[in-house]
Order: sequence, then structure tokens, then C-alpha cells
Amino acid sequence: MRVEGYGREIDRAQPVGYRFDGVSRRGLLGDTLASALLAEDVRLVGRSFKYHRPRGVLTAGSEEPNALVTVGRGARQDPNVRATTLPLFDGLEAVSQNRWPSLDFDAMALTDLAAPFLGAGFYYKTFMWPKAFWEKLYEPLIRRAAGLGALSGEPIEEQYEKAFGFCDLLVIGGGPAGIMAALAAAASGLDVILADEQDRLGGRLLSEDEQIDGQPAHLWVAAQAQALAGAGVRVMTGTTVTGVYDQGSFGALERISATQDPADATPVACFWRIAARRAVLAAGALERPIAFENNDRPGVMLAGALRSYLHRWGVAPGRRVAVFGNNDDAHRTARDLAAAGVRVSALVDARPDAQNLAGDVPFYPGAVVTGTTGRKGLTGIMLRKQGGAQIRVEAQALGVSGGWNPTLHLACHLGRKPVWNPGLAAFVPGDGMVPGMRVVGAARGAFDTASALAEGAEAGLAMAEALGRRRADVAVPQAVAAGYGIHALWAVPGGGRAWLDFQNDVTVKDVTQAAAENYRSVEHMKRYTTQGMATDQGKSSNVGALAVLADATARSIAETGVTTFRPPFVPVPIAAMGAGAQGKGFAPERRTTSDAASRARGAPMIEAGLWYRPSYFPRAGETTWRDACDREVRMVRESVGICDVSTLGKIALQGPDTGAFLDLVYANMFSTLKPGRVRYGLMLREDGHVMDDGTTARLSEQEWVMTTTTAAAGQVMRHLEFVQQAYAPDKAVRLTSVTEHWAQFAVAGPKARALLNTLLDAPLDDTRWPFMACGPVTVCGIAGRLFRISFSGEHAYEVAVPARYGAALFERLVAQAEAMGGGAYGMEALNVLRIEKGHITHAEIHGRTTAFDIGFGRMVSAKKDCIGKVLSQRPGLTGDSRAQFVGLRSLGGEIPAGGHLFAEEAKPVAAHDEGYVTSTCYSPTLGEVRALGFLTNGRARHGERIKMVDHMRGITTLCEVTDPVAFDPEGGRVRG
Amino acid sequence: MLLLASGATLCIAGNRRGRNVAGEFSGWRLFREGLTRNRGWTAHWRDPDPKDSYDVLIIGGGGHGLATAFYLAQEHGITNVAVLEKGYLGGGNIGRNTTIVRANYNMPGNSEFYSHSLKLWEGMEQALNFNTMMSQRGVLNLFHSDGQRDYAARRGNTMAGQGDDAVLLDRDGVRAMVPALDFDNGRFPIYGGLFHPRGGTARHDAVAWGYARGADSRGVDLIQNCEVTGIDIENGHVTGVQTSRGPIRARKVGIVVAGRSSQVAAMAGMRLPIESHVLQAFVTEGLKPCIDHVVTFGMGHFYISQSDKGGLVFGGDLDFYASYAARGNLPMAEHVVEAAMTLMPAIGKARVLRSWGGIMDMSPDGSPIIDKTPVEGLYLNCGWCYGGFKAVPGSGFSFAHLLATDRPHGPAARFRLDRFETGRGLMDEEGTGAQHNLH
Amino acid sequence: MRLTCPLCGERDRREFYYQGAAEALQRPDPQAPAQVWSDWVHLRDNPAGRTRDLWFHEAGCGAWLAVERDTVTHEIFSVERIDAG
Repeated sequence: MRVEGYGREIDRAQPVGYRFDGVSRRGLLGDTLASALLAEDVRLVGRSFKYHRPRGVLTAGSEEPNALVTVGRGARQDPNVRATTLPLFDGLEAVSQNRWPSLDFDAMALTDLAAPFLGAGFYYKTFMWPKAFWEKLYEPLIRRAAGLGALSGEPIEEQYEKAFGFCDLLVIGGGPAGIMAALAAAASGLDVILADEQDRLGGRLLSEDEQIDGQPAHLWVAAQAQALAGAGVRVMTGTTVTGVYDQGSFGALERISATQDPADATPVACFWRIAARRAVLAAGALERPIAFENNDRPGVMLAGALRSYLHRWGVAPGRRVAVFGNNDDAHRTARDLAAAGVRVSALVDARPDAQNLAGDVPFYPGAVVTGTTGRKGLTGIMLRKQGGAQIRVEAQALGVSGGWNPTLHLACHLGRKPVWNPGLAAFVPGDGMVPGMRVVGAARGAFDTASALAEGAEAGLAMAEALGRRRADVAVPQAVAAGYGIHALWAVPGGGRAWLDFQNDVTVKDVTQAAAENYRSVEHMKRYTTQGMATDQGKSSNVGALAVLADATARSIAETGVTTFRPPFVPVPIAAMGAGAQGKGFAPERRTTSDAASRARGAPMIEAGLWYRPSYFPRAGETTWRDACDREVRMVRESVGICDVSTLGKIALQGPDTGAFLDLVYANMFSTLKPGRVRYGLMLREDGHVMDDGTTARLSEQEWVMTTTTAAAGQVMRHLEFVQQAYAPDKAVRLTSVTEHWAQFAVAGPKARALLNTLLDAPLDDTRWPFMACGPVTVCGIAGRLFRISFSGEHAYEVAVPARYGAALFERLVAQAEAMGGGAYGMEALNVLRIEKGHITHAEIHGRTTAFDIGFGRMVSAKKDCIGKVLSQRPGLTGDSRAQFVGLRSLGGEIPAGGHLFAEEAKPVAAHDEGYVTSTCYSPTLGEVRALGFLTNGRARHGERIKMVDHMRGITTLCEVTDPVAFDPEGGRVRG
Repeated sequence: MLLLASGATLCIAGNRRGRNVAGEFSGWRLFREGLTRNRGWTAHWRDPDPKDSYDVLIIGGGGHGLATAFYLAQEHGITNVAVLEKGYLGGGNIGRNTTIVRANYNMPGNSEFYSHSLKLWEGMEQALNFNTMMSQRGVLNLFHSDGQRDYAARRGNTMAGQGDDAVLLDRDGVRAMVPALDFDNGRFPIYGGLFHPRGGTARHDAVAWGYARGADSRGVDLIQNCEVTGIDIENGHVTGVQTSRGPIRARKVGIVVAGRSSQVAAMAGMRLPIESHVLQAFVTEGLKPCIDHVVTFGMGHFYISQSDKGGLVFGGDLDFYASYAARGNLPMAEHVVEAAMTLMPAIGKARVLRSWGGIMDMSPDGSPIIDKTPVEGLYLNCGWCYGGFKAVPGSGFSFAHLLATDRPHGPAARFRLDRFETGRGLMDEEGTGAQHNLH
Repeated sequence: MRLTCPLCGERDRREFYYQGAAEALQRPDPQAPAQVWSDWVHLRDNPAGRTRDLWFHEAGCGAWLAVERDTVTHEIFSVERIDAG
């Protein structure tokens, strides 16, 4: 119900229409879904995970374990939304979760009747027979029963964002401590970000009836908001710092828009990566309940939450409210409710010597609540008075306070454990848990406002000083310094079920049973019972549970210890943390200068790493890719083809020592290469396997350019930089990646020279441009480079021009080629051409092959050292037992890549496996299926018949083992 | 429904080995204990004080160590065994992984080992009388180019040659199996997938507990909070260990401490081919079933499944820098979640609930070591990289065999320590070579 | 995680490529026994604590850096260029 005269955050003049479980309802502007429901006396809002027990709102914050709803429809459907933090908006549609057929009548609640048989870890002890039934029967049933809300199954359609933030000081929490820390630091000259989870500053002050500097605390907060803005503090409300990482890195989730309006283009949330030189953790504290029989009824709430609902939203969840606590703070709830005219039917304080601080309410010191009534909503409580008498008291709500736990999670994210403070009956952070972070106020266990203000101010000043600023003069406001007077009480002894973890249905009995079964480590208990593993990660329940465990195992709480605090502090939507990656955004898309022209010609583009390359260039009348591919191969073999090879890595090397440097990184010799010449190079890893291959051209005495494979461009660049900086720092050579600076095209085929001569300012001839020559040329008036190299095995060149001329040159080359009976060719034809020639790609040099394996063992120069030389000589890296590079000629049928090789009569099982196929094609040149692969001792087996078996595609083909070079083995064509 | 499911099993009694201190587990037992207020449950394992000496000491009470102890007792009748654990049982990577079980390796050595391990998984629950929730929901490895398809086929053929199951799916086959993927706009188009029906997931903690209970009931002493601080060696022969609970003598000592292998081996003067790296994993809030299989997305270094509780469990690649911190940093966490968004944007509304990090023993070829050491009587089991969970039963079985017989167990015979020196039998699945963090 | 590149200043971990232990800098003599080479490539001290390892400022200046840091706490003690002498 609404309480007249209360509700600092609601606007009673502005009703908001929403629906919950299909029923149209009205709240007020400023409400959360939880406050609006409670205002209309809706107490049953959810069902628990395991027993499907009726559940109501427990808290007023993000730690809520019970009031989880699904919001919205279609692609906007958002499961597991905390009703306690969801701002109410017009048209909001929320439905309850984990119930069938309805929240009020949940058939799954039958499990609650079976609870005696479903205690901690029950599933580890059954469902094992018959064996096959787990996947077929038990698991599907369990899976269907488990889970909370449901995803829509549709891709999300709202916007999410990510951002980086930088500051001198990050203040986490905008309560009294955080406000003062930010003000003091900013006054001292620091660049400050103040982040607070709630949509306004103030922290607990929003929920209390307190004075600061003689004015109501919430008005003081409003004034400070102005002061912070004036001081240049970046205040990020609605922003939860979710994780602490190394060197002052923080993750934070900013909630921007909660509306479901498709017209609203505002991002839903932004995930921040904040780099801060210092941090102040002022995240306050979280209240914890006390376990007693049936303490999970809707209407049983945390005492502090009752004050939040009263002061912030003018809501009392019942006409009669009882309060049960073990500390002075609980009395405030009774006091404030009574002052607001709500009937407080009992103030139950477990401390025998407690004094009533709440005024004229029925007060029961030394008493405990032993049970509750009301299945779907609290109707009354049983309490045992001092001396033992049992009475029943009517109440529609019960505020429980078992004390407060400092919100120290973030301080523990780097792995340090908090320490137990017996006086506070709470874990508190130790010093220096996060380098550069100071914890202040309630997050440190200083629960009163005066301490929070003072500690916050001091932390802000100290951080400024640590960063070399002068401390500003900051006055600490006056506020209450009330004691807390807690006397630990975790669970009221009794026979029934008393809940610890409300969502996961973990009871005191579950924890004691776990202890009896020797799950005594706090981690064992957690994992065995699922305590603290629900969506709230045990924020309210973990300390109570481990106290029960400590008791059951006759250890202290300090000895028992805590489980590990892990990020994120509150759950982060995948869409927020992964913002920008949906669709193509996951990785950059690299396009060559001929990309548009290739697409315009209808070429299907395929991924080559991050690049896109044309697969083939279809022509009229061609119905399959093979038609186009075969034609392109013939075109290259018979006239001329054009292929964009710009994706190959290009590294410029300059300096007098380049040759010597290349001798170190390549297996073969390069220092002997003359200017104007190109050489094929093989590069090894230090472990003796092949890293990459390519050609390197010596353009002039001190100017070289290396090509790498497309796949290994980045790796090779890194490697060269390493070798240069680590092993050759005194060698005069400098490296620059120029992959994107140059557009480079292969011009291949018997008419290649004729074609180029139509575009070059000076014609080519064999004397000045023999095979493996290179040099500067002028192409259509543009200064470029020409390399007479060939991957296709034909008379071929690669011509390079600055990338800005690439598109134009490609068009000219292709037009000229087409005029000469040729044209562009794509990756499919390129692959066929190189398979016919037995040239390797990364299908063959896949990281496990050696120079020996591919038949290049003699390229590892004996005359010099090189990277990988020594380990390439390990006994296991050479020899007959290794699978060696071979060609395979089909004796009928396909030879799919990925097929394995077996002796003709052998059973195709692992024991007889002799190799595998890496590359395959139909060779239009040879008119047969040709493949490349690796075969044990293969070089000695040319001419043998071997069986290719591909279980995956159901193909078995007899092949002849051949030399890898199937076409023009003498290499006459490249020179011709 | 849950009631009915459990009710159905109430009448079915389990196998009756009947040697567990905690008594045999079955639906009937649950029913009986439920009627008597669950007061009959007793410890799943004892907490004995260490004896002065044992036949075999296992250093490390993680999944592999506990499984080793179990199989020493079960397969070899060697029960005068203690497992020494510096923290709590199952507190290492067995309690901190993404629970995936599979036998879909390509390289000889790994192929036969994981094949054997998977067979042990398939009978684990009955062998242990403990429900480890082994769920053979299938593992699907996606591929995104012709080249990747060829490699998937090669791997599938290896699996088939090993007698394991593999199916090469095309794009439509994948779509029928996992409709929630982005087939139209993802950065890397889905060409198809290699499906391994017998792969799946299991409840990780339960595996440790099941082996612990099984080993304990066969007489093995499980000693928690007992840190090994030294290894005693006389004349090249191990004689025992020093611990935080005093010296313990033994004829044989097995080191099974993934994540601390280098430190423990150093106590015996050994330097290992291991670098320790952190691998993060993530779980979302519980959701109704939406992903039925284990799906891996190699191009994005991402894999995902959904637990029986409803959480989406996913992970990615190493953080890449050497670390013992058992926690990661944001860049890799974001990369993993970004991969999720390009692959299956339908899970965008799921919220990441918790992230954690395990410490991986990264070896130079990405494959493990189960071998003797130069010290007589000292044995080594390490280098599981991030394949440790699925290996638990096979590793325990093979290591127990080696400890008991001094001969390598067939399926693990290639996991030799000297392979890096000789270059023989390297098992570099990724083809990235001897840089520990690239596997 | 953030590293301070001697050339570029404090930068996010995203800009760096990690290679491994800094002992890679001490390449054995080509004539050294194979065992020395194998140990150098494969074996690691792998300390749980202070270590020195190699990072490449790949998305920055291209400098290879030797970083002294703690593998347990991730504290960073020093960052220097490997070719700075």
C-alpha cells in the first residue's frame, strides 16, 4: 500500500500504466516495478528455482534473489530482470518466471512436497539406472524444470555500446562516503569519475530518515550533486562497476534506457572499460537475513529494504508489519514505519539486553521468530519470547535484519580474501587488496554516516596527495554517528526448513547435511548445495551459510573462510559486453583494391583470413563453379590470366645488413642474391618446423621486399622484428610492413609478356627480364615494380603499383587480358594451377611439417646459421618414418582433401593409417583428379598404389603415388 | 515433473558394490533417508591423518590425482595409497572448467588416448556409484572455409579410424541442429560442422567427488590441507615427501598437480617444458533450455554449452600471458563475448553471471605428459593444456597403470617427456609449434 | 592490464602481443649441443612470482619489450626495450 506523505522519488501526479502477468496495473512515475507491485499489495512475484516455492520481493536493489521477471516481447524479451531495479515505464509488460501454468498455481510446486527426498546433492545419488536413461529421460526433465526466464530465440535488435573512460580517480559508489571522496579529490585537482549503481546519488541516504549538517540527508545529497557537477566530477549514475582488473582497469555497466519502445533508438546499455590511476571503493553494505523456519514467504523482506520502500517510494508492503533483528539498525525500520502510521505489530530483537529505539511499538527483546504462516503471502509470525513462551503475531510483512555485510566484492576481485571482524560480525576488506584502491565507509565496515563522510573525504584527499596534488581544505559535514550493536545470529534453531539461499532453495539443513557428508570446505559446501550460485551470487546469503557451516563443523567463521569473489559484481548482458560485434563487427573486413571490380563481375567472395578474395569469375553459360574454374585454368595455361595477389604479406627491408639478416631468418642463403633478382625463401620456426614461405626480391643494393603468405603475414612481421631486435640489434636493417601500400597482380600465361607490354612504358624481354628478375617499371605512367615470378607454373609476372592505382590497373589488366582471350582468375583456379605444379600452401605447411617433409631439406643451408636450423636436425624431424609430401593421381574417383591413406589391402583404421590428403582438384590440364598429401616414406614410394579412404564423405579411391609436380616437371614454361 | 522423475527411480536399486563409507547411493536410498529425516547420510570420504609411509603417494587431489588413486585401487589392487592435497579436494581445474567431454583429436597419441578416456566416461557413473551427469549431447565444431572443412574431414577420418563417431555436416545440417546461430550475417559464414555425437558435458565437481569417494572406499587416504614442501630423493631414488603435516615416506610418488607442475617438479630438481597460463570461462544466469549441444567456433576462439541448471557456459582462448592468478583480464573476456555476439546474437540478452580463470599447464606441443622421470620412483602427469577435464578418467587410468607396472599404458604411450628433445611423436594439434601459449 | 611502453607510454594490454619467457633472448651458440638447444626452446623456469617475459607492442611502435612482472599478482616492475642494450 502507499503511505501518505512518503515517497521522495515518486510523482503522485503521474500515473504509469503497466502489466504484470497479463493484468493491467498502475504505478507512479519514479517507481520501480517492485515498488509499484508492493504498492498494489502484490506480494507473490516469483517462484524459487528448485522447489518452486512462492516468493516475494526481498530487497530494494540489484542483490534481489526472488523478484525476477521477464520483460518485453519478441526480440526484446529480456529474462531475469530484477523488479527491484527496473524503473517503471508506460507500457511495461512483465511476466513472472519459472512457473507453470501460472504464478498462482504452479504445478511444479509439487516438488516442494518431495523435498525430503531432494536434499543437498540428491541428484548425485540417483538417476544412474538404467544407464541410458540419463540423456533420454532424467536430464531432459531436469533441464526443462531448471532455468529461470527464457530467451526469445531471436537476434537482439536494440543498440548496445562500449566505451573507454580514463580518470585519475574512480570513485565507486555515490553514497555519503563516495560523494565526499569525489568532492575532496576534485577539489584537490584530480580528474574524477563517480559511478553509482542507482539512478541517483545518495546510496543508503535515500532510504533513511537522517540529518546531515542540519538538513534532511536526501536534500543534502541533492545539494552535493550540484557541487560535484561544479567541481567537474563526471557523475555516472545507473552505472555499476562490475569488475576490477590489473593496473587500474575496471569494467562498468551503464544502464541507459529500459524502455521497450522500438522507436527509442537510445542504447539499452553501455559497457565501459575505465582506466583509473587510483580508486576509492565506497560501495556501502548489503543487509543479510536470518534463517528461521519458513523465512521465505512472500512478505518476508530485509528490514532496510522496508525503509527504502517507505522513504523512496512511499510503500509499505502490508498494514501490519513486524520487524526481526539482532542489531540497532533494525529498530530504525520499526521506528520509521510507526512514524509513517504503519502498524508495527512486533519488534523482535534477539539480543536479550536490547533497548527499544523504535518508540511505541510492541517490543520483544531476547526473542526470535521461529516460523511464519501464509503460503503465498505472509499472514503472521510465530515468535518465542525471552523465557520461551511462543506467541503468534499478525503481520503481512516482516522486516528481517541479521546485520550488514560490507560490499567488498570489488576489493576481492584480484584474489585477496577479506578478513573476519568478530565485533562487526562481518568480513571486512584488508589493506591493499587492490593496488591503488582504498575502501571507505560501510564497504569497510564503518556503518554510520559520520564515519562514511569523514573516511570518504580523507580518501579523496589522500589519493590526490598520492598523485602529487596538494590536499584541498574540505569540511566534513555533521551527521549521526550511531552505534550498531550487532550480536551475531545466523539461524534460529528449529526443526523445519529455514532458507539461506532463497533462489536456489538452500536451507540450513542442506548445509548441515553437506557438512555431515564431509563437504566441509566452504567451496565444497557451496558446490554441493549450490549455495550462492544463483543470479544474486549469494550477496545476501553467503555469510549466513558459511556461519552455519562453521557451526556444523565446529570451526570459527574465520577458519571456515569465504568462497572466491569473481566478476562481474552484477550480471552483464552479453550484448553489452559484446557490443559492436554482432554481424560483421566481430573482426575487421579487409578488401583489396580490386574488390569492387571482382564483385561487379559476379565473383563470389570468400574469406582468406580477414581478407575477401574472389572465388571465381563466372561467365554466361557456366552453370557451376567448376565450369568457371576449369575455364580460368585453361585460360592461364593457354593465354593469360589476372589475379589479385595483394593479400600476400609484403615487408620492406632496408639497410646494408639486410642480406645477412635474411640469411638468419631464412633457411636458405640470401646474402648472395644480386640486385634485380628474386629468390624463393623458406622460413623455419626455432623448433625446426616450417613457419612460412615466399619470395624476397632485392630491388637495389640496400632495398629488399619480402612476400609472405596471406595467412602468416602478421606472424612473420612479428618474428622478423623479434629476430632483428633480439638477435641482430647491431645489424643495419629496418623493417616496414607495406602490405596495404601496394596493389599487386599476377599476370600469368603464355601471353603475359605481350599483355604487359601493352601497359608498360618500356617493353620486356628475356635478357633483361629473365625468370626471377625484378625491378622498377612504369605502368601506364605510374611508377611500379615488376617481379618475374610464378605460382602457376606459367610464364608470369607480378606487377605492383601504389594501392591508390590498384583498382584502375586491375580494370586495365583484365580488359587487356580479355581482349587477348584471357581474363581474371580466382582462388579456385589459382589453387588448381598450383596443385598441378605441386606448389605448397598452408594446407601443406600446416605447422607440423619440416623442410625434410616437403622435400626441401637441402634448402637448409649448411653454410650458415638460421633460425630453426639446429632443432630441424632432431632425429624425429627427418627420416623414413615421417609422412612426406607426395602427389596423388586418381585411378578412378575423387580424392577429397582430408581423406586418409592406407595400403590397398589394409583395413582403414588408425593402426594402418599412413597419411592424408591436403589439397585436391580436378586438373583440366591433365584431365584427371590430382591431389597432394603426405604419406609415410612417400618419396620412396612414387608409382605405388595406395588407397584413399574418406569415412566422412563415404569415398574410397585407389590412387597412384607420384611426384608432387604433375605438370611441366622440367619447368620450361616459367622460363619460356 | 521432477517428483515423477525421482519417483520413477525410487524403485530401481543400483548396483551393489556396497563398499562406500557413505553407503550405496540409489533412488531407494534417497527415499529411505528422506523418510528418516535425512539423518543417515554420512561422510563421502574420511579425513584421515597421514600415515608414516605408503606404497604410493599421489601429489595433487584434483580430478587426475583422485582418478589415479581410484584406478590404482580398482585396477591394480594397490590401496596403501595417499593423495596429498594442499587445499580441498577438486579445488583446481576440475572445479573450474567448462565441463566438456570429447574424443575428437586428430594427432596420433591424443586420438587413442581420448578415445579410451571417453569410453571410461561412458561407464563412470556406474563404476563410481555417483551421478556425474555425463551428458552425451554431442559436440559440434563449426568450420568457415573450404580449408577448414578439409581439416575437419581429416580430423573426422582420424576419429573414425580410431573407432569413434564423427559426422561431417553441411550448412543445412548445422542449421537443423543449432538454429540459433547467425547463418546470414555473421562475420565468418558457417560452412558446416564436424559433429561428435558421443561428446558432451559432465558435472565437473561431481567427477572429483565421485573418484574421491570411490578411492576412499577402497582404502585410499585422502589428505586435505596437506601441502607438499619437498621431495626426498636418495641415490636417484625417491623415498618420500615433506609436507605441511610432516614427512611421509613412499616407494613411489606421482606428481599430478596441473597448474603447479613446475613448482613441484622443481622440488625434485626438474625443469619442465611447461608454462602456466590463465584460461577464463564464463557462465550466464539460468535460462530455459536454448542450446542443446556443445558448439565450438574456432574462428572466434569460442565455445558454448548450456548446463543442466540453465546457465550458458562458455569460454575462449588463453589470456596469453604467463600467470598463476586464476583470474583473467577484460580484453579476452570481451573477445569471447564478442564472438558470442557474432555467432549467436540470440543470446545477447543473457547476462554473464560469473567469470573465472584456471591455470593451464601449457606444453610446447599442446599435448600432455604421462611418464617416468629421471628420478627412480618419481612419476609425472602434467601438461594438459586446456584438455584436462575430458582426460580425467583416461589420465587416471593410464597414470595408475604406469605407477603400478612401470610400463606406459597403451593409449598414453606417446605422452613421453623426451619427445621434445627427440622430435619424435610430437602432437601439435594446432600446428603452432613450440610456443607454449599458442596451443 | 596496462603496460608502460618506453616509447609510447602507458597502453592497454590490447596493444601488445605476448611471446613468453625472456630467456628466448639468450639464443645458444649454433655449435652448442642439441640438448642445450632443445632445453632452451622447450624448458621453462615458469616461476610463480617474479618473472621476465617478452611482449611486442604490435599495435604501437613495434618494439619488443622485456617486462619484469609477477605472475601471481600481475604487478609490473619494469618494461624495457630488448634492443636498448
